[in-house]
Formats: sequence, structure tokens, C-alpha cells
Amino acid sequence: MNQNASSVVVESLVKRFGDFTAVDHVSFETRRGEIFGFLGPNGAGKSTTIRMLCGLLQPTSGRAQVAGFDVARQPDAVRQRIGYMSQKFSLYNDLRVGENLRFFAGLYNVDSEVLSERIHWALEMAGLAGREAALTGTLASGWKQRLALGCAVLHRPPILFLDEPTSGVDPISRRQFWDLIHRMAAEGVTVFVTTHYMDEAEYCNRLALIHRGQLVALGTPTELKQRQMKGELLLVEAEPLARAIEVLSSAPGVLDAAVFGNALHLVVPQAAPAIPALRRYLEERGLRVARLEAIEPTLEDVFVSLTSGRAEPGPEGN
Amino acid sequence: MRWNRFAAMARKEVIQIRRDARSLLIVVAMPILMMLLFGHGVSLDIKHIPTYVLDREGSQQSQDLLKRFQASEYFEVVQAVESYAALVRAIDTGRCKLGIVVPHDFSRQLQAGRTTQVQALVDATDDNTANLIFSYTEAVVRSFSREVELDWLERRGQSQAPIPLTVDARIWFNENLESKAFIVPSVVAIVMAVIGAFLTALTIAREWERGTMEQLISTPVTPLEVMLGKLVPYFAIGLFDTALCTAIGVWWFKIPFRGHVSTLFAASVLFLVVVLGLGYLISVVAKTQLAASQAALVVTFLPAFLLSGFLFATEQMPAPIRAITHIVPARYFVTILKGVFLKGSTVATLGWEMFALAVFALVIGSLATRAFRKQLS
Repeated sequence: MNQNASSVVVESLVKRFGDFTAVDHVSFETRRGEIFGFLGPNGAGKSTTIRMLCGLLQPTSGRAQVAGFDVARQPDAVRQRIGYMSQKFSLYNDLRVGENLRFFAGLYNVDSEVLSERIHWALEMAGLAGREAALTGTLASGWKQRLALGCAVLHRPPILFLDEPTSGVDPISRRQFWDLIHRMAAEGVTVFVTTHYMDEAEYCNRLALIHRGQLVALGTPTELKQRQMKGELLLVEAEPLARAIEVLSSAPGVLDAAVFGNALHLVVPQAAPAIPALRRYLEERGLRVARLEAIEPTLEDVFVSLTSGRAEPGPEGN
Repeated sequence: MRWNRFAAMARKEVIQIRRDARSLLIVVAMPILMMLLFGHGVSLDIKHIPTYVLDREGSQQSQDLLKRFQASEYFEVVQAVESYAALVRAIDTGRCKLGIVVPHDFSRQLQAGRTTQVQALVDATDDNTANLIFSYTEAVVRSFSREVELDWLERRGQSQAPIPLTVDARIWFNENLESKAFIVPSVVAIVMAVIGAFLTALTIAREWERGTMEQLISTPVTPLEVMLGKLVPYFAIGLFDTALCTAIGVWWFKIPFRGHVSTLFAASVLFLVVVLGLGYLISVVAKTQLAASQAALVVTFLPAFLLSGFLFATEQMPAPIRAITHIVPARYFVTILKGVFLKGSTVATLGWEMFALAVFALVIGSLATRAFRKQLS
């Protein structure tokens, strides 16, 4: 059991709400001390998965073990060994900072000998030392987020579940929050985190890409970028853009075309021969080409590439 | 059941009640307000009925009769009018409930030993009140008539005939026949129904509405710890309010308290378990504060108000309604309250009511412990 203490093992997990399949036969395993990211658009099934892993939702079928315990059959054993931060801020706004911490310490049955040390640690970690008496509702969102994290880890859980922990938080607070997550992982805590921010996904050790309830790829960010692309990536800046995407979608040798800001990303089998060919193709059709060059793919490219072949549109489709 | 987790829940609940002005108001001001409102405002006694008189004769004897009305505490002769039309107008406009008309040959007829009639016009908008006014009027006139009769016999040299039959009435339990003695003890039940219903009904619903429930159920806290942690503070508040209402009843309204405090305490504990359990069940099912408070009103407050014998005696209700009152816990508690205050009843004489409350407490209490599931739906 000890080797399982900080692991999450998921086998063919399914959750249906009526006719709708929110999570569709998802399987994966996490390793001790890793930051495991669940990346996907809103509505992809990330929160539903995390809620099943925390024992808040009963799986329709499949199996999930958290810290060595089955989430469906021993939910309370699981809950004592995990920390959970829900997507929506859910501490008590009408309680003071210190009162929220003591409340959750009580619920997690934190020993009275270590109680004050743990609360002190959580206050330091959240940057709230000296502000125990502040009403939680008056804190800015970045502090609230770190306080919620503090409340979730008072009992030193070996596994931490964070559901979109940085949504609605300013960029600097987001950065600080990720520093905290890295520090905890370095101490051996397994961190399971969902996000729809592609840049945040880069901070994870491993990523699972989830789309319409299905796990479409799994690997380190680098692996995903190198292996999951069906070809090489080109960046095109051409005028007018709307006509460019129309023309390029049906151009010979173009596997995929998607708009990224004011440019297009094209997937082609090989970049070197494609560049002059496509430039000529565009100019023959009266488009002005400002840029056309090979680039390194981002996770977003990977995501679009992996999901565009499916029946439904990519992340924007939701 | 871990003490730490229960204590954390209870402490949190107390802090939230203390910080919520609305809760504090309901806890402290509402019982006082209800006691004063029902104790002073609701009176089922009819006294000082506004009365207009039309004396067409204006003799010594006709004035004698009208003075009887003035002397009675039941009537208040507001004005003497000069015409029948003025009297009718006064009743139409609601300036009086009763109009007395004395005929122009009133004393002459009496002197001659003949029967004469006094007309009474009664506003019967409220039939109960009208019935009472009618019988009070009849009583005043009958006693006057009896005196005239004796007087007449005496003047003819006949001896007074003995009155064959009288009632020797001894009024028990509410010696002064005041409706406040009947109402005030029962207000305790209404107050407790509101405390149990409204405050408790909101506690779980509020957690769902504010999103704090998701964090709460992700911890190892058990449903029993959640329930007890949430209800124990309200239980204490309920007992405090019972004591507060009893004190107001005894010292402010001077309602006799003839029973034993322990009887009141035992019954209050049972009734509190019932109303807190009901409020909690509603809260678990409702999920929004609005729905919960409305459900609480319908399930606990209204039956306690209408079907408990608080204002309307259950014995006088139509049979189907009376049958329904048997499943209203407040009915038993109201009977106990009246018994403890006015009759000095003991647990032994209130055995059936105590037993009924205990059964309700057991059933609702055990339903409540099973109601809350640590799952998102």
C-alpha cells in the first residue's frame, strides 16, 4: 500500500449524466511527486473527472484508486489523504482567515500539537501572515486562492487535486501560485491539476489532453509537441486573412489550417519544400504574403492538430 | 464520530450566526416581538363594544336601562342619537357594532304591566362577535326585566317568588377568563417552530448556494458530524428562546406557571428535535435558501399556527381537519404548554402528548441523520 500512498490509478473511468457522456473510458496513472496536468477546453470533462477522484461523484463505470483506496467504495479513506480545491472559491467569506484555517484543520482532524505550526505554515505560504483577523471575503482573489490552497493542505495530504486553481487570478498571482505547486511537488506531493490555459500546461511534468470526455494524448509537454504532430508547422501572415484560410484549407499538401491571432498555422508533411510552393500558390491567387516560415509547435497546435481530425471542432467549439 | 470534526462544525456555525445580523434578529428580537404581538394584540375577548343608543322616550326608566349598558364592561355607549336614520348610518359606517332603540311608550307599558320590546341592531359582519354581542345584550335586558318584574310584584303586595334555579360556576385554570392566558403559553410553540424551521432550513441550503458545500464534502467529515455540528447551536438557541418566552409570559403577562420547569424542559427538548429535524430535512432537499424558507413556512409554521389549537380549538374543527391535526407535532406541544402553565400538569398526566412528541422526534430525527449524502448530484 505504501507505494500507492501518493498515486492515482484510473482505469476506464466513465461518467454519464443521462444521455450525455461527460467522461468516456479515461485511463491513466500518476507518479509520486509529479505535477499531472489535465488539459482541455471547458466542458471537456476535467471537473467531472476530478470530482470522481475526490469521491464527490459516483462513477458510472470503471475504477479509480487514489492513495491506494477505491474512490467509489472507500471515499472517506480517500478524503483523509487528499487535498481538494474546487473550481469556484469555496471557503467561508464570512469567516476570518484564521477561522477558515482552524475550521478545515478541525475537519481534517489535525493533531493539536502540530495545529499552530501548520496554521502558521499555511499563513506564511499564502502570504497572509499577520492578517489572520481579516474577513476572508475582503481578500483579493490571489490571496483567496492561496488561502484555499493552505486550507486544503493543512493535514499534509500526499495527493493534491486542484480544479482550475488560477482561473480569475491576475498573472503575477498565477505565477506565485505555480511556484507553490512546484515546491509542494518537490516535497513529494503528487499534484493533479486541471487547466484550460495552454501556457500553464507547460509547467506540468506530464499532461493528459482531454477532449469531449476522451483522453486524446498523454505525455510530457515536449513529447506531445514532438510526437503528436502529424507533420511540421508553418506560420503564415497573409492579406486578407479570411480569404487566405479559405484558399489554404484546400491547397495541395496542407494537412490542417487554423487561425492563431492574426496569423495562420498550417500543418504540412515537410516544411522545406512546402514554403516556396505555398508562397507561389497564394500569390497566384492575388494574396499578399507578409510572412511564411517554419515554427516550433506549441501545445495549442498539438491540441488543434489532435482534435481537428475528429468529427467536432477544436477548443473553440465549446 | 470525531469530536474534533463535530466541534469544528459547531464552532463555525456559531461564528456565522453571530456575524449574521438577520439570524441574530430572528434569535433575539423575534421571540420578544411575537410574545408582545400575540400577548397584547390578539384578544379573543369581546369588551367595550361600541354602542349607539336611540331613546325615543327619554324617561327615568329608559335611561335606567341604557345606564346598565354603560355600566357593563362589555359595552361602551359612544353616543345617543336623535333619529333612527342616524343609528342606521352609524352601523353602516362602522362607528358602532350595536344600536339600542328604546320605544316611545317604554315606561308606560312597563307601568301597566305589559310586555314591551327593546330593539337591538347588531352588525353581524363577524358572526362570532355578533353572537356574543347578542347574548350580552340579552343578558343585560333580562336582568333589567327581572328587576322590573320584582318591583311590579312588590307594589301589588305580593311576596318575592324565589328564583328556582341558578348556576354556581367555578372557573378553573383561567379564572379571569382572559384569552391571553390561553394564547401566551402557546406562543412558545410558534417561536420554536420558526426558529427550527427558518434558521435550520437555511443552513444546508446556504452551503449549496454559496458553493462552500463542495469544499466541505471533500473533507472526511461525516454526515452525522455535519448534522450535529449544525443543529446543536440551534438547539441551544431554541432552549434559550423557550426560557425567554416563558419569562416574558410569567413576569410580563402574569400568566400563572403552575407546573414544573422539568416538564416544560422535557417537552421543549422533544419538540426542538422535531422542528430542527424538519428544518434540516427541508434544507437538505431544497438546495436554495428561498425554496427552503418557503417550504419551512408551509411544513412547520403554518400547521403550528392554524392546526395546533394555538388560536382555534382543535375540538371545534370539522372532523377531517381535526384528523389532520393529529399529525401536527405542534398540536401536542401546545396541549402540553397550556397544561404546564395553567393546570400544573405533570409528565404523568401529559403521558400521551409526551409519547406522541417522542415518536415524532425519533422518526424525524432518524430520517434527518440519513438524509444528507456527501455527493454532488
